[in-house]
Amino acid sequence: MFFEIKDLTVEVEGKTILRDINLSIDKDEVMVLFGPNGSGKTTLLRAIMGFAGYKVIQGEIIFEGERINNLTIDERARLGLGIIYQHPASIRGVKLHQIASFLTKDDSKIKDLSQRLSLSKHLDRDLNQGFSGGEMKRSELFQIILQDSKFLCLDEPESGVDIENISIMGKVLGEYITKLKKSALVITHTGYILDYINAQKGCVMIDGKLWCVGNPRHMFEKIKELGYEKCKDCLIRKST
Amino acid sequence: MKSVKTASSGKVLNTNLKKNDVEIISSSGMDFSQDKRSGSFLQSDNKIEFMNTLYDGLDIIDMETALKKIPEAKKYYARAFKELKRDFPKGTKGGYFIRVKKGTVLKLPIQACLFLKQKAFKQKVHNLIIIEEGAKVYLITGCSASKSAFHAHHLGISEFFVKKGAYLNFTMIHSWKEDTFVKPMSIAIVEEDATFISNYISLKPVKEVQMYPTAVLKGKSARASFNSLILSHPGSVQDIGSRVIFKAKNTQAEVISRAISLGGKVIARGHLKSEVPQVKAHLECRGLILSEKGTIHAIPEMESDYRDVNMSHEAAIGKINKEEIEYLCSRGFTRNQAQSIIVRGFMDVDVLGLPQELKQGIEDLENKTLQSSF
Repeated sequence: MFFEIKDLTVEVEGKTILRDINLSIDKDEVMVLFGPNGSGKTTLLRAIMGFAGYKVIQGEIIFEGERINNLTIDERARLGLGIIYQHPASIRGVKLHQIASFLTKDDSKIKDLSQRLSLSKHLDRDLNQGFSGGEMKRSELFQIILQDSKFLCLDEPESGVDIENISIMGKVLGEYITKLKKSALVITHTGYILDYINAQKGCVMIDGKLWCVGNPRHMFEKIKELGYEKCKDCLIRKST
Repeated sequence: MKSVKTASSGKVLNTNLKKNDVEIISSSGMDFSQDKRSGSFLQSDNKIEFMNTLYDGLDIIDMETALKKIPEAKKYYARAFKELKRDFPKGTKGGYFIRVKKGTVLKLPIQACLFLKQKAFKQKVHNLIIIEEGAKVYLITGCSASKSAFHAHHLGISEFFVKKGAYLNFTMIHSWKEDTFVKPMSIAIVEEDATFISNYISLKPVKEVQMYPTAVLKGKSARASFNSLILSHPGSVQDIGSRVIFKAKNTQAEVISRAISLGGKVIARGHLKSEVPQVKAHLECRGLILSEKGTIHAIPEMESDYRDVNMSHEAAIGKINKEEIEYLCSRGFTRNQAQSIIVRGFMDVDVLGLPQELKQGIEDLENKTLQSSF
């Protein structure tokens, strides 16, 4: 298995947030993570990346056969894990182009992609300082594509982005994932991003537990129709 | 616009100083080739090493000679202190008189350096800078000390007169030694529609610096801006402030200071005092403490007797934000790389508003100092 989580329990500030999580994602496979606010979706992505304060109490995170629980964030990033943040940090004095040049030595790639994502003028600006919601997300997408990770953790890549920009972002992201056969774990609230990326699996997280795995589009339709409360005993779960 | 080069253009500066000292002086901004400079002044202890102007419309003369030969020098000498009814130390020796004549726009910076050479020497200079109506100029002064200048002192008095519609961008780089005592005293009188920008960069250790330069916005629509980048090493005490006094309507000022303590003590003062309504001003102090032993004390002050003013301040002190480090780590930077790029960004020279060639020089200096400090 390309990416796997086994019996994972995670604590944040002494409180158990995730319990006994099991999931697996193949190479060239995209999984969508649904769930109400506060259910633990972002915690899962942050635990996968290894952020301080997200303490693994039990279980394993395995990437390309290697147990990565004890690796630092940058070691995980160098192995091939990448993240798009829901709320990215903004850093005074650090320019977007500095990070871009660190991620790739290919200047033409920086130029082309920044143009495609309407970020040419943002390259000389301080990272995320005064960026609009949409600009931040485009900057996140820009960086993760330059980073060229093998496994992408995408935390609401479309939140705060207007319809027009969702289409620009969605196309760039969808094309990147499909053409380069990337694997991803995607959190989405609105579901808009599903129109652009070919997700094979979906799962629902409620109260720090994974409830079911199934067809993401089907699941999303049901969630829209019935809400998360009904998920606990929904048809999809019985059928899988 | 007058900016005609004279016959002496392109002249390389000669000095009898030793190679080590020339290197130290160069590293604080002096370009001995004068390739990209409008004129130069260098004083070592009490000795004027050279003074040289490459343009008509620019006078650079030592203070004693100027007081004898140039009527304006006598006329303006001590005037800034009288304006504020302040006393100042007498018995100075040397210092520069710089005058940029009416309407002269100099694209290349003027450079000056006050250098300490002998052991325990007490340098005491008085500088006078007059930027006449409509003139525009960049002035970079590097202050540094030879390796042999143990326990030396520097007292620098500076008076700036920025006349109607003129522009002065003054950049001072302090590169002292861990046992140097430094006390600059300066006042700028800024007239109608004139702009005074004062940049201060201190990256090397020093024993003690105490300074509180003041800009007086005397004419309407005058502007001032003070920007400081301070790196404080263990054993250094840097008490550094900037004050703006508003004496005319429609004036504006901004005071920005960025301090990093690697173990030294920084007192970052700021004072905005409006004596008239309709002024706009902002004070900003940010401090990063990177060592348990470091201290940063921010003291922002604002005063006004009028309601119709717009004055604000923000101060923030702390360590590097964990989220910022983790963000960069998730892009593949190591912790050390992340810390270094954040610190480098914190000391961003973009806040200084410098022409490209000066900016590059200061960036290089910063990179060198920061690399050796971590």
